[in-house]
Amino acid sequence: MSEVELWIALILGIMMLSSAVLALVVKNHLAAVAAASVVSLGLALLFALMRAPDVAMTEAAVGAGLSSLILALALRRLGLWQIDSGSDNSNLLSASTRGKEDA
Amino acid sequence: MRKLTGLLFAGGLGFMLLAIASGLDFGSPPMRIGEAIQSASPQEVGAANIVTSVVLGYRGIDTLGELAILFAAASAAGLVLGRRHTTTGTQRKGGFVLFHGGALIFPFLLTIGFYIIFHGHLTPGGGFQGGVILAAAFFLPLLARPGARLHHSILSVIEAFAGASFILIGLAALGEGQAFLQPMLNQDTLGALISAGTLPLLYIAVGLKVGAELASLLSNLAQTESEQ
Amino acid sequence: MIPGVTLELILYVTALGLVIIGLAGVVLSSHLFRMVLALVIAEAGANLMLVLSGYRWDAVAPILMQRTDQPAMVDPVPQAMVLTAIVIGVGIQALAVSILIRIRQRYGNLKRREVAEKMDAEIAASAGIRRDISQDAPLGERPLSPLPAHTAESRGGDA
Repeated sequence: MSEVELWIALILGIMMLSSAVLALVVKNHLAAVAAASVVSLGLALLFALMRAPDVAMTEAAVGAGLSSLILALALRRLGLWQIDSGSDNSNLLSASTRGKEDA
Repeated sequence: MRKLTGLLFAGGLGFMLLAIASGLDFGSPPMRIGEAIQSASPQEVGAANIVTSVVLGYRGIDTLGELAILFAAASAAGLVLGRRHTTTGTQRKGGFVLFHGGALIFPFLLTIGFYIIFHGHLTPGGGFQGGVILAAAFFLPLLARPGARLHHSILSVIEAFAGASFILIGLAALGEGQAFLQPMLNQDTLGALISAGTLPLLYIAVGLKVGAELASLLSNLAQTESEQ
Repeated sequence: MIPGVTLELILYVTALGLVIIGLAGVVLSSHLFRMVLALVIAEAGANLMLVLSGYRWDAVAPILMQRTDQPAMVDPVPQAMVLTAIVIGVGIQALAVSILIRIRQRYGNLKRREVAEKMDAEIAASAGIRRDISQDAPLGERPLSPLPAHTAESRGGDA
């Protein structure tokens, strides 16, 4: 175990745990799906760190790619797809996505 | 009240799991099966990627069960969603980048998908990963042009063919007097593209099946009309 | 490096934390879509836990190389299982999402409480029971008063 691995694992772990919490509390559903996708991406990197390249590839393709796609398509079908969020949520995430929509 | 019990539940579960995890010895697991597979796999299966020889060789029936579960889940999703006629007028067309980028990236995605499937017994990757990439390749044009449709009949023919060939390869081993799904044919040299007997064929079948299933699932989810 | 923080600790805390956050989200969330998201997160934690169980110090990925001295490898069996679990997970997720779409078509909402109320009302209506009397009243007719002791005994003797 090298020092670098330790730091990478620490950063990834903090990132994954915080975005997991974010996925459950953020108001905008699209932002929640994106946060869940970040969890999957960090998980893929951790798998690569744990000498499991097969699993890392699967997680990157399936977990971070396909699963987020399915959830996002479902959001559109469910009528929860809102990039321009209403006035009720004025947090950082929705503000940044709103700026993107306007551009 | 509900929140309190929920938090209590989560805390108790965390304590329990932590107590179990602290008993595990991290970094030096007792792996008798793993050791046995690692020493026997180069002679018995001949695949350089040992995970592939576990997935398709030693646990082939498990993979067949997984394919069955995936098939059941995909067809149940299709059944629940129902077949509705699309109203393409309400859906916006993709932008310039999506439209032309999708057309540009399609052959590359196809190449990468098949590359990953064909090299599943040599390098990390295989039928599942490559199949997902194939599904993404065929789904991308649908995002760019909402009017376009995937031919579900062709997809189901591919899927049925791939699933049947997986089982037929397994039955062929049974006909030779070996166990179901036991790797056959000669193994050739370890690390060559054509090696490891029937494993690459099995992975091609898995890749086609997974790709066709997921592509039809995605198009089902995307094409049925939205409520608004 | 901070003393006391090892790779083991970080990875276990991440895996267990994901499982706990996910399950707490399933229990606490009031929106059905968040429940699906929470399930996805819990599944990620469980997968990480499984892969951790096969990790070895100073081992390489389970891929054979053209070399004479073969170094130690990590356990390939949990990796194969996780490979299977990830793909099944996405199938289950697609099924859950399509059920959500049907729920929204039928009840017009995805709030857990409202959907439960409407389902209760529907079940009560199709069973022909008035539901508006009381939340805690037993369904159906008024229950019989408890039997006196001697009749219960004699019935027990008959049977």
